[in-house]
Amino acid sequence: MFDLFDDYTLRTVALGSAALGITSGALGTFAVLRRQSLLGDAISHAALPGVAIAFLLTGSKAPLVLVTGAALAGFLGTLTVMSIVRTTRVKYDAALGIVLSVFFGFGLVLLTFIQRRPDASQAGLDRFLFGQAAGLLRRDLLTMAILGGVALFVMLLVWKELKLLAFDPDYGASLGFPMRALDILLTSLLVVAIVIGLQTVGVVLMAAMVIAPAAAARQWTNQLGLGAALAATFGALAGIVGSVLSAETERLPTGPTIVLCATAIVLASLLAAGRRGLLWRELRGRRDRRRLRLAAVLADLQALELQHPGAEHGHSAAVVSVMSGGALTTLEELERRGHVRRLGEDEWALTDAGRREADR
Amino acid sequence: MNTRAPAIEVTDLTVAYGEKPVLWDVDLEVPQGVLMAIVGPNGAGKTTLIRAVLGMLKPAAGRALVFGKPYEEQRKLVAYVPQRGSVDWDFPTSVLDVVLMGRYGHLGWVRRPGQADKAAAREALEHVGMAELQGRQISQLSGGQQQRVFLARALVQHADLYFMDEPFQGVDATTELAIVELLQELRSRGKTVVAVHHDLQTVPEYFDQVTLLNVRRIASGPVDDVFTEENLRLTYGGRAAFFGRNGV
Repeated sequence: MFDLFDDYTLRTVALGSAALGITSGALGTFAVLRRQSLLGDAISHAALPGVAIAFLLTGSKAPLVLVTGAALAGFLGTLTVMSIVRTTRVKYDAALGIVLSVFFGFGLVLLTFIQRRPDASQAGLDRFLFGQAAGLLRRDLLTMAILGGVALFVMLLVWKELKLLAFDPDYGASLGFPMRALDILLTSLLVVAIVIGLQTVGVVLMAAMVIAPAAAARQWTNQLGLGAALAATFGALAGIVGSVLSAETERLPTGPTIVLCATAIVLASLLAAGRRGLLWRELRGRRDRRRLRLAAVLADLQALELQHPGAEHGHSAAVVSVMSGGALTTLEELERRGHVRRLGEDEWALTDAGRREADR
Repeated sequence: MNTRAPAIEVTDLTVAYGEKPVLWDVDLEVPQGVLMAIVGPNGAGKTTLIRAVLGMLKPAAGRALVFGKPYEEQRKLVAYVPQRGSVDWDFPTSVLDVVLMGRYGHLGWVRRPGQADKAAAREALEHVGMAELQGRQISQLSGGQQQRVFLARALVQHADLYFMDEPFQGVDATTELAIVELLQELRSRGKTVVAVHHDLQTVPEYFDQVTLLNVRRIASGPVDDVFTEENLRLTYGGRAAFFGRNGV
């Protein structure tokens, strides 16, 4: 099976996935910050009928044709969401759900219709559902790279305006920037980022490539620029690893593999990243709790000592645990540290070092 | 800037969301060089009035002029300080970066802030007592510090007219004092400040002029003349009688 994929194919697959990962990662940063993560899901699902219609109208499977159809349909989908929100009492999340399912359903119907046709030229359109990196050709790669490059270039060009849009649109409007137009521009860039990934990742899971890298990057940095760069890197990493894995392995679907790679990056980031990381927070919390418990038991022993002055006197764990709760393991730990010594089977007293520690 | 024209001149302004008027036939004139408070109950249209003057929403009728011309032609003379709670303070950016946004209007499209802009931003931060915090994440700021950052962002616009939406909302006593001093200093430099304000008791102390608003303009003018028990009752219904004052 492996010899089916020579270096050329693998390189095409890896480069294409990197292009889609970089673009969707960087632009996803803005989507996530603006709490529009699910807009990506609506766009990608809405793109499916666009692919089918583009093929039906032209009979061509050229990447630019299909991507254009996908982009138009994706854009139409977001416009529909916006006008539903503006003209009816349906809320944003419900509007997203409606558009997503209606467009996607229509796309599936068209796809089925195309596949039932007698000619063989339609073969391969169903890869837009779950994605297929293995079929990526040089011309696909070129289309993806150019479109992604243009989207990133525009993003960098109006970076400060987009930052204004994401942070404080009212203030931006007072400065004279057309915030509605910037909103539409950013959405269009997001549409581009999504449609170039459809062939590889598929409409069903493409939203994850918008959300996951940006969410992971947010764990590591508090700077917008660095966050976008990191998200682009994570996106590329997930894309390359996922697509190569799936190309090298029989019957491993590309889209889901890439998305699982992205998810792994998110999980690792949630757990391990600096101060926001759950793992460090938990470890820090445990350390603090243990330190408090040790200090509490020492203080209790000291209080007992003051109540029973004079001769050396031990106290049972039960007495201490009435005061601090769960004292035995803590007493044993303090003994290991030399702060407490054991006078009898269950008799504990402070050492000199323990007294000094308790005074601190 | 037309030196004679009032800072703001609003004529017959009516704004409606759907069928319900939020502002009804409001006339308002703010002379240059005064501190003007806009007070009124919740839903009285205070924020809407500011947004309408700033051209953020289209009035059903009437017009607003800033220094004698429509706002679109006078943007560079005007700075807006939105409500502190209107943005996400967990946004990944620093104090200096937020203040630099105040230079964006002067920079125009695409151009990025340069050294001169950064110097202006640092100066503005010093002005509000936040010089040491320029590199700090905005998520780590207290309410008072957030408000100071917003004020610094408006200051770097080097404007002549400042709109502030509840600048004293939820800030500590030190910050409140610092803001009052800042307002007075702006006035001494001939600037005009229009602020939505909630604490009726501090109106005479902090402001020269006041507009009492409840969909309609109830009264507007020097605090001594219009901040009366009668006008407050007209604005708030019977509820504010407690705050009523008999002249000064």
